[in-house]
Amino acid sequence: MGGYTGEELTAIFLMQGFSGLSLFCVFLLMALGLAIIFGQMGVINMAHGEFLTLGAYITYLTSYLASDVWPFLLDYYFPVAIILAFLGTFILGYLVERFLIRFLYNRPLDTLLATWGLGLILQQIFRSVFGPREKSVVMPDWLMGSYQATDMVDIPLNGLMVVGITILLTIGVFILLYKSRWGIKVRATTQNRTMANAAGINTDRVDRLTFALGCGIAGVAGAAFTTIASTGPTTGSLYIVDTFLVVVFGGAASLLGTVASAFGIAQAQSILSFFLSGSMAKVITLMTVVIILMFRPQGLFASKVRR
Amino acid sequence: MLSTNDLRVSYGMSEVIHGVSLNVGENETLTIMGRNGMGKTTLFKSLIGVLPSQGRITLGDEDLSSTQPYQRVQKGIAYVPQGRLVFPTLTVEENIATGLEATGAKKIPTDIYDLFPVLHDMRHRKAGNLSGGQQQQLAIGRALAADPKVLLLDEPTEGIQPSIIKQLAKNLNEIKQMRKISIVVSEQVLSFAMAVADRVMVIEKGAIVHEEDGKTANQEEIARYLAV
Ligand SMILES: Nc1ncnc2c1ncn2[C@@H]1O[C@H](COP(=O)(O)OP(=O)(O)OP(=O)(O)O)[C@@H](O)[C@H]1O
Ligand SMILES: [Mg+2]
Repeated sequence: MGGYTGEELTAIFLMQGFSGLSLFCVFLLMALGLAIIFGQMGVINMAHGEFLTLGAYITYLTSYLASDVWPFLLDYYFPVAIILAFLGTFILGYLVERFLIRFLYNRPLDTLLATWGLGLILQQIFRSVFGPREKSVVMPDWLMGSYQATDMVDIPLNGLMVVGITILLTIGVFILLYKSRWGIKVRATTQNRTMANAAGINTDRVDRLTFALGCGIAGVAGAAFTTIASTGPTTGSLYIVDTFLVVVFGGAASLLGTVASAFGIAQAQSILSFFLSGSMAKVITLMTVVIILMFRPQGLFASKVRR
Repeated sequence: MLSTNDLRVSYGMSEVIHGVSLNVGENETLTIMGRNGMGKTTLFKSLIGVLPSQGRITLGDEDLSSTQPYQRVQKGIAYVPQGRLVFPTLTVEENIATGLEATGAKKIPTDIYDLFPVLHDMRHRKAGNLSGGQQQQLAIGRALAADPKVLLLDEPTEGIQPSIIKQLAKNLNEIKQMRKISIVVSEQVLSFAMAVADRVMVIEKGAIVHEEDGKTANQEEIARYLAV
């Protein structure tokens, strides 16, 4: 790290830290969805990345409509796009559960393969519909600037927006899971599906909505993603491995663990990649995670209760 | 109330319940006694629908044979499994609330906390940290939250000390009084069975081999069935 003054280093850390924060947001939203789906039904959704891509394309379409068809809407399209991205992926998730996943419960390998195949199909559909080239959204003016914290530190507004959305959504999911009646159903089903059903809970319905919700969150992650990079057919699949890492590292059953692990992994990658090459940064992060998991196989946080 | 007709249950190729027909009357406690491995749990699981079965299961005039467990709970059967199976990381209050799903009620009926004050004191604790006896009370509370017409309890006394067993028998009688419901309970402890039963049945190798009135039951004869 030679050649940098202390002040420069601080600025680098802050700015890389902030770009790590955007990455953290995408990881976190993806991992949240993946974790509640996995926790609830033991299904590993290999197509989860494609739901992010779908959300991103929906955002792109909305921005396209707003900039080319109804230009006066350009300033306001983003909140609408988030809602549409959520709805679109929620509905697709619902259908996927209803017509595919439901038939494969208790067959983890089959679900793995089926969702992987689904991911490939979706990628091909994206390629046919939107073309192989990456699409970027037209951003409204109010999202373009940056906030100059000091002379050397520039914080982009769109990044702040993404952080804001992520915080809101995470709190929303937290409230839904831990403070609502629906959350009780989800957690009961997660712990003991058979007993939850025998206690009077319609577990099939809980499954369907949970799966759809997880996908919807990935859709919002996609909307957030458009503000930091452009979208191609394989965009989502680039994030899926990191997201799995986040979920496993955090401890699949713990929301807090997911947040902490998404933060750690995103920051480590972002800050290290400034000083080393991107792939070295990945290797070091992965190694660290693997070593920690050897000593704490249950993940960072596991709930403390007699079983 | 609850009846079965020629109920058969199998694990894979091996049939474990061989054509059980029974009928539980309104506001009646039916005790099913039998040694380890005679099929009590299997019978109860098929009654609530956790295990598939052949033959008919009806509640009142409604055929339940092809319904899922949660639908049976909605219709009025509640189930307290062997080993309690409370949801360990949910709080006591949340555990009871899972039973409310069947009726759609918002509030936990107050009589549950009247019956088991300890549940009220511990309502914000994680259920997994309760003692075995407290978990048993919680499992019963959860079942009562569904406002059942028939309450199924599979070996509620398992792993519970004698003085608490007496208390539990009193609780069951109170529940029957309070809610005017029918109770089906499987048991190996004769004193407990005699304290609650209106009618006693003995199950052996998956078939009902003996039946008599609870109040006048010949305890020696039942004890002989239970001895190995
Ligand atoms: N999952 C299973 N697969 C195959 N056989 C089983 C299974 N569960 C139970 N059995 C068999 O079914 C028979 C009845 O078991 P069940 O658990 O119903 O007995 P029980 O009367 O409840 O015994 P206990 O008093 O020990 O609880 C036993 O012979 C048992 O070995
Ligand atoms: Mg048993």
